[in-house]
Amino acid sequence: MAEKKLLRVEKLVLYFRAGNGVVQAVDGVDFDLNYNRAVVVLGESGCGKSSLAKAILRLLPRNVDSFSGQVFLDGKDIMLLNEEEFRQDIRWASISLVPQAAMNALNPVLKVGDQVAEPAMVHLGASKGEALEMARKMFQHVGVSVDFLDRYPFELSGGMRQRVAIAMSLVTSPNLVILDEPTSALDVLTQANIFNVLKRIKQELGVSFILITHDIATSSELADDVAVMYAGQVVEMSDAERFFSAPLHPYSQKLMSSVPRLRGTKELDFITGQPPSLINPPTGCRFAARCTMRFEKCVEEPPAFEKEGRKVKCWLHQ
Amino acid sequence: MSAEMITTMENNTPVPNAERDVILSIKDLRVWFELRRFGFGNAGFVRAVDDVSFDLRRGEAIAVVGESGCGKSSLMKTILGLYKPTKGSVIFNDRDISKFNAKEMNWYHSQVGYVQQDPFGALAPFMSIHRILEEPLIIGGVKDKAERLQRIRKTMEEVKLAPVEDFLEKYPHMLSGGQLQRVVIARAMILEPKFIVADEPVSMLDASVRVEILKLLRGLQEKHNLSVIYITHDLSTVSYFSERIFVMYAGRLVEKSKVQNLLQNAGHPYTHALLLGTSDPDANNAKTFKEVPPGEPPSLVKPPEGCRFHPRCSKIIKGECDVNIPPEFEIEAEHQVACWLFK
Repeated sequence: MAEKKLLRVEKLVLYFRAGNGVVQAVDGVDFDLNYNRAVVVLGESGCGKSSLAKAILRLLPRNVDSFSGQVFLDGKDIMLLNEEEFRQDIRWASISLVPQAAMNALNPVLKVGDQVAEPAMVHLGASKGEALEMARKMFQHVGVSVDFLDRYPFELSGGMRQRVAIAMSLVTSPNLVILDEPTSALDVLTQANIFNVLKRIKQELGVSFILITHDIATSSELADDVAVMYAGQVVEMSDAERFFSAPLHPYSQKLMSSVPRLRGTKELDFITGQPPSLINPPTGCRFAARCTMRFEKCVEEPPAFEKEGRKVKCWLHQ
Repeated sequence: MSAEMITTMENNTPVPNAERDVILSIKDLRVWFELRRFGFGNAGFVRAVDDVSFDLRRGEAIAVVGESGCGKSSLMKTILGLYKPTKGSVIFNDRDISKFNAKEMNWYHSQVGYVQQDPFGALAPFMSIHRILEEPLIIGGVKDKAERLQRIRKTMEEVKLAPVEDFLEKYPHMLSGGQLQRVVIARAMILEPKFIVADEPVSMLDASVRVEILKLLRGLQEKHNLSVIYITHDLSTVSYFSERIFVMYAGRLVEKSKVQNLLQNAGHPYTHALLLGTSDPDANNAKTFKEVPPGEPPSLVKPPEGCRFHPRCSKIIKGECDVNIPPEFEIEAEHQVACWLFK
């Protein structure tokens, strides 16, 4: 790949040790992301999409069995950095994370302004006054009145707390923000509001996003690219335009046809069966057991085939 | 609760014979919760449900749509007989449920099924599926053990927890989210109720499982001529699984309509906002900003005068919307909108 990308992930592997075996949560994931773009990682619960976020940020629990692969940020392999360099230069400085349910994880006894300012003090070495000024600016970007800087989390509504969590991830001006299910607990109008905020931040600050979600309909609000994950692997990678109109992988197709639509009266479909266990995933294509289009070839694991700039891990597209 | 009692009570009540008879009727229902200051002394009321009226017909599915805090759960719990109405009444088979004594309430609960929102939290972790499903039957007065088992099997097959043997002795932690929700539905169905209240039955489930569960509920509804009340905040699923839709905002129903009429010809500005706010998967969404009404839903302790949506409404009529509470205007057959624009 000649052109320089913001983020390039190659053969990323993250396995966990569990009581009854090794969980292959992220199994050889490749994808890349350009400057000022948003990629949506779609998948059902347990497919490894949150583990992917943790692997990129190297936020690993103690029971890691193996962790390998390459992650290039601005062309530099950040997997080669040692723990301290990674903490200082990457986490929050270059890549920040809005974890799942972040809005409920704010410290209840600290003012939200101080909480938003803290990363700037720790990672950029700003003084308290400078950091608060940066927090004030971020509040304006995410659309929370600056009067709220001195309030405590319980005084804010859910949507506002979520925006505060987003402000906190942006205060160090990272190039990449990873959002893990940012709106799954919010109401329709609040969701629409948060996505407006994210779109505006993308335009104004030029950041890139990795949006991890299972909500296909709302993910289209931000997506430039889409990566579909199934059982620890990325099975399809495509631009949003072509993905939402015509997904390639049988799993993506089924997933799309299970999305209820407000406009139009398409018959809904669902996928029978359950995703395989990640402890002993089937050899060959991992979706084969639930796939209506499987054939002899599917007992072998398909590579990612390139098709007009899209990638799909399915023998049908050989 | 004996079997005889159920029959006598059904004999007392006029048995509806028309296919689309009203089975549940809610009249001017008001549920207010008192706020207390230091444990005594009134500090106002939380007006969770205010002047809500509607009829539920036999075999019909209705959806109550609203954001969190709009009072839809309080409405549901009042219908289930868990809260006493402050004013107004819930009429089931021509009888006011708030006047039921304990025995009659017990009977009423055998007529109503309740599907909880979170299947992971709704089932006791130390009880096997067999026991979970047997309990309502024991409370419902089915004394014969063999009959109980036979009814459990029948219901489990109906919700497609088959083969039954594989599931009977399992515990909730051994099942997936979709299977747990099937157990919750089986528990609601096992006493063969007349109607079911489903509180966000699929919001905790994955996209591909969601449709399966909703289709299952739809199938049960048609097979047993059940009535269903869906409580939800997700407009996009509503059109597939219910006939009528009620939009709730800050304790009041602002629009009542058949689903298709509402989608094509929404009246209330709040309904418009909800429809606009709901996304369909479409790559063009990323290119535009959504129009969202400013502000947030009001506090139910001191809701705004007049129409409760007026502080956020772009079509406000000054001197009318902020003073007088809008009555329901009928804009077409079976389509009422509580908004002064339709005077």
